[in-house]
Amino acid sequence: MVNIENLHKKFGKNQVLSGLDLTINEGGIFAVLGPNGSGKTTLIKSILGMVIPNKGVINVLGENIKKNSNYRHKIDYLPQIANFPSNLKVKELIKMIKDLRKNTNEDQRLIELFKLEPFLDKKLGNLSGGTKQKVNIVLTFMFDSPLIILDEPTTGLDPISLIRLKDLIQAEKAKGKTILITSHIMSFVEEVSDEIVFLLEGKIYFRGSISELKTKTNQPDFEHAIASILTDNHA
Amino acid sequence: MLKILKYSFFDLMRSRWSYVYFAFYLLLGLVLLFLNNDLSKAVITLMNVIIVLVPLIGTIFGVMYYYNSKEFTELLLAQPLKRSSIFLGQYLGVALSLSISLVLGLGIPFVFYGLFESSAIWDFSLLLITGTFLTLIFTALAFNIALSNENRIKGFGYAILLWLFLAIIYDGLFLMTLIMFEDYPLDKLSLVGTMLNPIDLSRTLILLKLDISALLGYTGAIFKQFFGTSFGLIVSFVMLTVWVVLPVLRIVFKSRKKDF
Repeated sequence: MVNIENLHKKFGKNQVLSGLDLTINEGGIFAVLGPNGSGKTTLIKSILGMVIPNKGVINVLGENIKKNSNYRHKIDYLPQIANFPSNLKVKELIKMIKDLRKNTNEDQRLIELFKLEPFLDKKLGNLSGGTKQKVNIVLTFMFDSPLIILDEPTTGLDPISLIRLKDLIQAEKAKGKTILITSHIMSFVEEVSDEIVFLLEGKIYFRGSISELKTKTNQPDFEHAIASILTDNHA
Repeated sequence: MLKILKYSFFDLMRSRWSYVYFAFYLLLGLVLLFLNNDLSKAVITLMNVIIVLVPLIGTIFGVMYYYNSKEFTELLLAQPLKRSSIFLGQYLGVALSLSISLVLGLGIPFVFYGLFESSAIWDFSLLLITGTFLTLIFTALAFNIALSNENRIKGFGYAILLWLFLAIIYDGLFLMTLIMFEDYPLDKLSLVGTMLNPIDLSRTLILLKLDISALLGYTGAIFKQFFGTSFGLIVSFVMLTVWVVLPVLRIVFKSRKKDF
């Protein structure tokens, strides 16, 4: 599905990714974890072609992504901060993204699911952070793409929307899609992910299931397992 | 690209600032005609305002739009769109909405005044054409500055400096050079110097069209000889086009290598 070889990225003097290799197979939920500044977002943005790597090759669904924009038809991306043009209405934004990608009717179901009907005629600038995130989720999930990338999807969501989001993610997984998630909410990651990839200093430190991580670090629960990696490496 | 252009354009057309800009020109046009009663004098006054104000507004709007739509640009970058079409679409959206505010804002009062029966129509058209060129040039320069500077305060600073340099400091330096080397023949140099600054070029173009070059003395005569001919006019417009094309090419080039 996604194949990354020897990925290097430097921002100024700051080496963010140093020779990262990663293969993500089709189907399942992968969580990309790591401390702040470990390169999670850079990795995701490199896959999306928003960050241009200094070195390395990225293939998405067998296509080399360099100087290519068509492969993004097969990716749904939920960005971290949902800041939309404040003059647009919710309805218009959804229509616009459909116009830019392709037509779909899935948005109706999602709008209903997240109870967004009362906001459709409101301008995006007047929405609360959580409502914006819901709009963001609708925009991401309305296209039926084989690869879904979610960058901090839980930001600002109330408990009920969080439950709906989890159901949505599981439903997409059941369709055989590949889902890539980054999050700092460990309980969320533990609940949804099948496999985790732990980044540390621009490289993959650990890859495997959560139970494997617990055995490796000798910790009874996931949160402490992650904490123990961090203290061992930064003590 | 056309889709991005469409959305940027409508987004801006709905913003308060486009209306303020439009209303300003409308008011300026009405007041000038009302107080002046002389169309070609009104055109000269307008020229003085446009030559300074259009580049300033183009620069500030361009930088502001780029920084304000940054998150939205990131959303677009994740869509199956080419980078060049995203940025060119946004650039054209800003430049066209500003140009339309200018052309309509000044055009409407003048049309009502009876422009079509007046002999000033060509001078007036030239004014609007150079105004549009200046908008295209300075918005493109603003996008270049914003693309190269992550920090918006720095970006704004450089943009204002650029405007200040081309609108005011350049003239000062130009004049000083002319005074320092006054013993040498300077007609070629001053022609080239004028060509290299889009603001000076537009000003000279309009002034000479208005037939007041007699006031400019010897240099004016040389300029008239050059700019007054159709050859000079063509060269000037080619220069203005180059001033648009080069920054636009840099937008395409720069955006291709940038990380978001």
